[in-house]
Amino acid sequence: MNWTAVISIYLFEMHRFFRTIAQSFLAPVISTSLYFVVFGAAIGSRIQEVDGVSYGAFIVPGLIMLTVITQSISNASFGIYFPKFIGTFSELLAAPISFLEIVLGYVGAAATKALIIGVIILITAFFFVDFSIEHPLAMLTFLVLTAISFSLFGFILGIWAGNFEQLQIVPLLIVTPLVFLGGSFYSISMLPPIWQSISMFNPVVYLISGFRWAFYGAADVPIVTSLLAIGVFTGICLYVIWWIFRSGWRIRD
Amino acid sequence: MRNIVEIKNLKKSYKGGFEALKGVNLDIREGEILALLGPNGAGKTTLISTVCGITTASSGSVSVGGHDIVHDYRAARAMIGLVPQEINLEPFERVINTVRFSRGLFGRSGDDGTMEKVLRQLSLWDKKDSQIRELSGGMKRRVLIAKALSHDPRVLFLDEPTAGVDVELRKDMWEIVAGLKAAGVTIILTTHYIEEAEAIADRVGVVAKGELMLVEDKDKLMARMGQKELEVQLSAPLSEIPGALQSDDLRLSKDGALIYTYDTRAERTGITSLLAAVAQEGLTLRDLVTRQSSLEEIFVNLVHEGGSKTEAEGVA
Repeated sequence: MNWTAVISIYLFEMHRFFRTIAQSFLAPVISTSLYFVVFGAAIGSRIQEVDGVSYGAFIVPGLIMLTVITQSISNASFGIYFPKFIGTFSELLAAPISFLEIVLGYVGAAATKALIIGVIILITAFFFVDFSIEHPLAMLTFLVLTAISFSLFGFILGIWAGNFEQLQIVPLLIVTPLVFLGGSFYSISMLPPIWQSISMFNPVVYLISGFRWAFYGAADVPIVTSLLAIGVFTGICLYVIWWIFRSGWRIRD
Repeated sequence: MRNIVEIKNLKKSYKGGFEALKGVNLDIREGEILALLGPNGAGKTTLISTVCGITTASSGSVSVGGHDIVHDYRAARAMIGLVPQEINLEPFERVINTVRFSRGLFGRSGDDGTMEKVLRQLSLWDKKDSQIRELSGGMKRRVLIAKALSHDPRVLFLDEPTAGVDVELRKDMWEIVAGLKAAGVTIILTTHYIEEAEAIADRVGVVAKGELMLVEDKDKLMARMGQKELEVQLSAPLSEIPGALQSDDLRLSKDGALIYTYDTRAERTGITSLLAAVAQEGLTLRDLVTRQSSLEEIFVNLVHEGGSKTEAEGVA
């Protein structure tokens, strides 16, 4: 195992993150703050409590999840697509490293960036609403697992993408709707029965539900189901990456 | 001298059926400078990319320092440095960071002074904290070399290092290459500048249409394949070639001297009879000068012959 290479990739990617600090974290912090102001303070004050917590507090886990998921995908997909785009990817192929090491470096960095942003948003939330975290360890576990699994997904996306449009299209057309309809802003139980059933096919529902349970002890689905869902998603991503590695798909001619 | 790179029957076909390499066999000797000459699209870059691990071979094998590039890729690649043809660099990154990154990829952590040595050698030390985008094209090319040298490779591949580079920088590159050779690094460079191969290579390989047409010591190649010119300078310059001397091999230079072209490989060069005929015409000799034809002419001949050979086979 070439750990030096893994660390080099990781640090190089993190360096990019800190170099573009405004774009990297100010943007998500500002947009999330706007959500708190609009949904938490302005509209939220007119909405009754959901699952026993104020609406402002109710949306905190969902908003963190929303940001961590989108950030993980965009960081990881961009991180691996950019070298392909400018041509430095061949340097990775010619280096004495395995594909696993490449994945560890890029996915590790993307997940770390998403986690940093997630934590910053959590801290920001304290300024806007009053809330507590019942199961901090479970909260952290969910956060880390989500960041890793969606960074793996982003990595696949970045390998697949042939241009910048393709890089944007999956997050825009698939991920954003899934995340918004995954219960970030509402409890699934608030939906009509038919939509509740449909929502069960949305993997993000399980993540947000589990994450919210870690905060307030109330969930739409059992916590074990949530863990299972994220486990299955991670498993699928790992399998696809393993297959890419084996076949050289979109990597080596 | 032992072989540091051994390429055996290497073939590469792309999905569309295009054969980029048609069974290349090549042994590269430790410490030599090998120039691979060939026109665009001949397969030079594919050959290098396959050895370096960027492209997967369809069949055949390659070993570097005795390590197979597929089964023992870590050991094989650790010995190799590659300077790609295109300037592929992150524009906003600083020189020192991108060099450190390359070094790290090869498992070298920290800095034992190699980076400073390499950057100084390439006159980049003053620019180490500059962003890549602030550098000139020539400087960027130096950064590519610095990245390739950051892990002390034993074998360095330079893919068209001087394409689009000004004369001064080209001379600098040649000096750098000579310095590396002195340090025991084996160098393989692709080029379509014959002048370059002629100036720095120990051996020359000619690649055309996915095949290695020949590999030979540069001097031997030139001697073996070369045509020579004999310039017969006369006391009184001629305005035209006397009728008795007329031949396809003879022409008149601007200043009225006779230029005779002959093949050094031929059984009879025809020099004796030419000089006899000159004497018979009553012309007085002032001086005789012979010139070796350049690699360029040899190269054009080879590629041309190779092309017609393939075409002939195609028809048959």
